[in-house]
Amino acid sequence: MKIGMVLAGLAAASLSAVVAFAEGERPPNRPIPDPQSGRHFATPDTLAIQDDDFLNPAFLWVEEGEQAWNRVEGTAGQSCASCHNDATESMRGVRARMPAYHPRLQRVVTLEQQVNICRTERMGAPALPIDSRPLNAITTYIALQSRGMPVNVDISGPARRFFDEGERFYNTRRGQLDMRCATCHEENYGRYLRADLLSQGMSNGFPTYRLKEQRVISLQFRLMGCVQDVRGQPPAMGSEEFTNLEFYLAWRAQGLPVESPAVRR
Amino acid sequence: MRIRGREHAAGVTHAASWPPAAALLALAVALLAPLAGAWARGDTQPVPFRVVDDGIPEPLTSQPGDVERGRAVALDRSLGNCITCHEMPVRADFQGNLGPPLEGLASRYTLPELRLRVVDSKRINPESNMPSFYRIEGLYNVRRDWAGRTMLTAQQVEDLLAYLMTLR
Ligand code: HEC
Ligand code: HEC
Repeated sequence: MKIGMVLAGLAAASLSAVVAFAEGERPPNRPIPDPQSGRHFATPDTLAIQDDDFLNPAFLWVEEGEQAWNRVEGTAGQSCASCHNDATESMRGVRARMPAYHPRLQRVVTLEQQVNICRTERMGAPALPIDSRPLNAITTYIALQSRGMPVNVDISGPARRFFDEGERFYNTRRGQLDMRCATCHEENYGRYLRADLLSQGMSNGFPTYRLKEQRVISLQFRLMGCVQDVRGQPPAMGSEEFTNLEFYLAWRAQGLPVESPAVRR
Repeated sequence: MRIRGREHAAGVTHAASWPPAAALLALAVALLAPLAGAWARGDTQPVPFRVVDDGIPEPLTSQPGDVERGRAVALDRSLGNCITCHEMPVRADFQGNLGPPLEGLASRYTLPELRLRVVDSKRINPESNMPSFYRIEGLYNVRRDWAGRTMLTAQQVEDLLAYLMTLR
């Protein structure tokens, strides 16, 4: 480890090449060469709501998130803004590159988890439950600052094995219906599952306002739904399994514009 | 399932050195627990069946299938839910198209062939996305409330087949 860290300090670029080689990486296989955003499969009336910031109910969450950004919370007497100043500048691009490898924790973290890391470690404030309204408000506000930027996550070096785990989850048949994610979102997109037009299951619109739930949902809440639909037992939101899956999904959507907050039925 | 069986066997062995009343109780619990479970879930342990060529020639039950009940099984979300993935010759607003339309099934297949396709279509094509409605082995990560049960009972499979055979 120590030698690795020294080397990293000396020549980070060449080290990552060594790590990549040492782990015997094959280049990742991209089953969908020209990914399409979920908006491609959404109905015109849903898109009309998404495309008008005054109609899109997710902007209530954006407002709450903006307030939370500037609110002092916790024992350290700080707000997000105390460290990051103006979110419209400092948070630009963050949604597009997350989840990302966290060198100190040596694992991949989602945007939700990073917010909680800041809260517990810097602010002395309690972590917010994954998919809770206050956390979704902050992540929606942060995500908005990347709207239109291409998804661009880094799966190289030490991040790669977490990516591989996510890919494995994606392609494993599960549940009583014995289906993989790809069954619906790669082999059957454009077809109907009862009333639902199957999309490619892209994550670039999350957090998303879901009309059925009448609230903003986080990606991992949607993933729980998909696992339950095949009568599988979903892992907990915020678990390592779902985090790695979210990382894989982000890479699948690489190049698509961030569209949060999207609207879905 | 197999692991569960082993646990029960271990419980019975240990019981030999316990006070008799407790041993009896433990034995009773060990023997009755699986029964009680099966009873609570409805009888969903698969009956044995024989695959011949491309089909299952004998019915799974002695009671013949019932067309009306079978139609209900095909439409019920918590049972066959066939309409979620297949177009069916019924009046319903939303019909899926992951699989081929079910109209004309009885002209394409014999009854034994259809029985195998409903029971476990993966025996014909391991990559099939058609769920196995009468299988519990070899599944992964099944939601707790469904683990150890088949999606349909033997009678529901036979009822469903009676209905499918009307789709000429
Ligand atoms: C039985 C079919 C099925 C399976 C299997 C399935 N999903 Fe979905 N998924 C859906 C449906 C239906 C929707 C809602 C319509 C749509 O966007 O495709 C959906 C939506 C999604 C969305 C939201 C897309 C958007 O633009 O809002 C994501 C992301 C997603 N699924 C990922 C997954 C992942 C990851 C898995 C595997 C763990 C999975 N799905 C398995 C049926 C499925
Ligand atoms: C989750 C999706 C899904 C559900 C639910 C489903 N099917 Fe299928 N079915 C398929 C797919 C996909 C195929 C295409 C063949 C394949 O993938 O093996 C198929 C194929 C079939 C076939 C073979 C048809 C042919 O022409 O080759 C039959 C018969 C069939 N299904 C009957 C049923 C019945 C009856 C039900 C309800 C009890 C049902 N299916 C429920 C997805 C489904």
